[in-house]
Amino acid sequence: MASVTADKTLDTSGLNCPLPVLKTKKALEELQSGQILEVISTDPGSKADIPAFCQRTGHELVETVEEGGKYIFYIKKK
Amino acid sequence: MAERLAIIATKGTLDWAYPPLILASTAASLGVETAIFFTFYGLNIIHKEKMEHLKIAPVANPAMPMVFPPSVKKTPVAGQLASLMESIFPGPPQLMGVIPGMTDFMTAMMKKMFKDHGVASIPELIELCKEADVKLIPCQMTMELFGYKYEDLIDGLEPPGGAATFINYVLEADKPMIIFV
Repeated sequence: MASVTADKTLDTSGLNCPLPVLKTKKALEELQSGQILEVISTDPGSKADIPAFCQRTGHELVETVEEGGKYIFYIKKK
Repeated sequence: MAERLAIIATKGTLDWAYPPLILASTAASLGVETAIFFTFYGLNIIHKEKMEHLKIAPVANPAMPMVFPPSVKKTPVAGQLASLMESIFPGPPQLMGVIPGMTDFMTAMMKKMFKDHGVASIPELIELCKEADVKLIPCQMTMELFGYKYEDLIDGLEPPGGAATFINYVLEADKPMIIFV
């Protein structure tokens, strides 16, 4: 379980590269600065791709949880 | 403008249509100004009718795996046949490519496999590129060569451009990048 609470959840289960990243970007646009987006993914590639996206765009990856074949990312909008 | 990524798409088969669109939509969502220059067969990716019928070429493609999507392998008889074929042949024998209808069959199987794995379709990726403000530039010279009119191509494209326009667009950036596909 994660220690942060999300303001919004995006479930990309079943989707493959590059859709989780593209949908994350769109979902972040709907949030206010400082709010947290929870992204659920089943794409193993997203394990490296979501941190790369955050590093590049300046949003903060607060926490990553891996459970039962799912990767859950908590991203704080910059 | 700090960074610009320019991708040159020259191939018009289904498999080759993916890399430029995936790279462009992702780069744009990472905040990089991105453009795709569609030239030669790459123009088919943005051709209103042809984009719906991009195909996989089994001939001269020895790297191609047998493509039986998971949903086919799970069906009783067809699934067992598919698994048997996969155990004998690592890929479709090149000779099979000359069988009429084989290209369409392989394409259908590949499309099914993409869908089963949650991979976006080409029209979906084009839409995602447009939403992410990727500039889609058709090559003027090849359009004339193939007899494609601007209205034969999908909506939302930049005006047709030539090599000089494109190179200039790229080099205006502080950090220009070009990928050739």
